[in-house]
Amino acid sequence: MRALINIPKTARKGEAFEIKIIISHPMETGHRADDVGRPIPRHIVKELICRYLGDEVFRAELHPAISANPYFSFFALADRTGPVVLSWSDDKGAKAEESMTITVE
Amino acid sequence: MTIETTRRRFLATASAAAGLVLVPMIGARPALATPADVALKIKELVGGAQIRKGLIKLDLPVLVESANAVSMKVSVDEPLPKDRRVLSFHVFAEQNPLPNVAHFHFGPRSAKPIVTTRIRLATSQTVVAIAKCADGTYWSDSVDLLVALAACLD
Repeated sequence: MRALINIPKTARKGEAFEIKIIISHPMETGHRADDVGRPIPRHIVKELICRYLGDEVFRAELHPAISANPYFSFFALADRTGPVVLSWSDDKGAKAEESMTITVE
Repeated sequence: MTIETTRRRFLATASAAAGLVLVPMIGARPALATPADVALKIKELVGGAQIRKGLIKLDLPVLVESANAVSMKVSVDEPLPKDRRVLSFHVFAEQNPLPNVAHFHFGPRSAKPIVTTRIRLATSQTVVAIAKCADGTYWSDSVDLLVALAACLD
């Protein structure tokens, strides 16, 4: 479950900064059948959580209506230099986590 | 509610019967949710609270050419007092196979309640977004859209 994550390197205290993520995932709906008519089992990312300085910024609970390779953009409030941690998990138990640091001036 | 359930059961049975002939060719097609399913989900979410129009904005194209990845933005633009801050957004699709689309929660480090993502749409339908605020109020917006090429069921 690789992902592309984009956050600014620096931000000013008290300002909003944007966090963008695309997760590489099929988001198989569970409503489709393969070439010979066998149902393709559901396989989706269930949850995405973003924390900054240990506190939650954003949490998404996902359903099959979210497109393949799910993309999200949202905003955190710059406070002080520290880690932005994104973690996500799918319904087969796969988990992933990425951490990056934002410098707050 | 009971009428809808019966109707869905009838359709499920009928399509299962038809499926005996058709499944080898087209595969099983799921029943779609109904506006009543969405109304029920919203009732579960808000309880007895009143839902008001306004505050929240749901941005979706009115005419969708390819429904596998439709850009969706949910936002509350106007600044709110702390005791009314937005806790979460809840998005429902009235005629997708499942009524739930996504639920977004905003924590203490969130700067503003805005989220952008991409969704799938099974057919032309109404998409509803609800905002839940810290003071216990609920706000809604909806978009009726036309889908030229459907997703989910291909």
